[in-house]
Amino acid sequence: MKTQFKRTPVLKDCPTHYCPGCGHGIAHRLLAEVIEELGIQDRTIGIAPVGCAVLAYNYLDVDMIEVAHGRAPAVATGMKRCNPDRIIFSYQGDGDLAAIGTAEIIHAAHRAEQLTVIFINNAVFGMTGGQMAPTTVLGQVTATTPEGRQSHGEGYPLQVSELLALLPGAIYVERCALSNVPRIRQAKAAMKHAFELQMQGAPGLSLVEILSPCPTYWRMSPSDAMQWIEDHMSKVFPLGRLKDMEKDER
Amino acid sequence: MAGRIVIDMERCKGCGLCITVCPKSNIVVASDSNKSGYFPAQAQNRECTACTRCAVICPEGIIEVLLEEPDRVRIVATAARRDTPRMVEEKR
Repeated sequence: MKTQFKRTPVLKDCPTHYCPGCGHGIAHRLLAEVIEELGIQDRTIGIAPVGCAVLAYNYLDVDMIEVAHGRAPAVATGMKRCNPDRIIFSYQGDGDLAAIGTAEIIHAAHRAEQLTVIFINNAVFGMTGGQMAPTTVLGQVTATTPEGRQSHGEGYPLQVSELLALLPGAIYVERCALSNVPRIRQAKAAMKHAFELQMQGAPGLSLVEILSPCPTYWRMSPSDAMQWIEDHMSKVFPLGRLKDMEKDER
Repeated sequence: MAGRIVIDMERCKGCGLCITVCPKSNIVVASDSNKSGYFPAQAQNRECTACTRCAVICPEGIIEVLLEEPDRVRIVATAARRDTPRMVEEKR
């Protein structure tokens, strides 16, 4: 028997604390597979977010630290400037990156820091009980928008990737989803490209946004949550490569 | 060629995503719960082609996919009549 698929050793062999059907588990595995395939496990330092993935350092077998809420790009800046030979990535949720950490990510991109940012967008604050996040889509029911999000009063969903793609310091911005198997493979390819850019010393920030399901706070079954990404979320957050300086120059 | 999947049923949280992506309906929900109280996915391993879709979507990363390697086939004799070539296969 030949092994076609096996858990990568970069992903620690322990149960996760995530809810059934949560996209974080898939994203962690993709990240671990990319790190293994690129052979950078020994020189990678990750930053865990505040949010559901706060315990990411328990699952990824690379050096990781935990920083204040939303400040991952700021700390990563210091880490990369002190250790230019290290591969620095931050793994952030939408509450972390798009709400409290908006200033940090925009300025890290603005300064063209050589970082890789994995941005998990699940349209709610999962850790604190499913409240509305800046990325919550219009009409979506959350704990704090029981009637559905309205544009007057609660505003529009924040499209961070589009914002960052405008900045010259962001060299690679792509939005992927975890809603089905081909999209998951695409997300892995995007993550790999983002890491490769940093390994090549490309002068700027690379960000991969991943639309991820939160079945618990979307109050759906895991398979319905995957379908909801396809039907609703990807309409508001269109998938695809928003910016690739390398390709655009050619 | 046949595939086989191995699911760590004690760690499965029963989200059922592997069941929805399997093109051969090869995975079912187990009738008994595991120690965590979830009803895990259970492999039937009837028509598995080792396409790895279940393993790619599994949020827990607990599915291992194996593919049976084809037995080496060697032609040991051919039929005497040229118009109806037949091969006798020998499995190693």
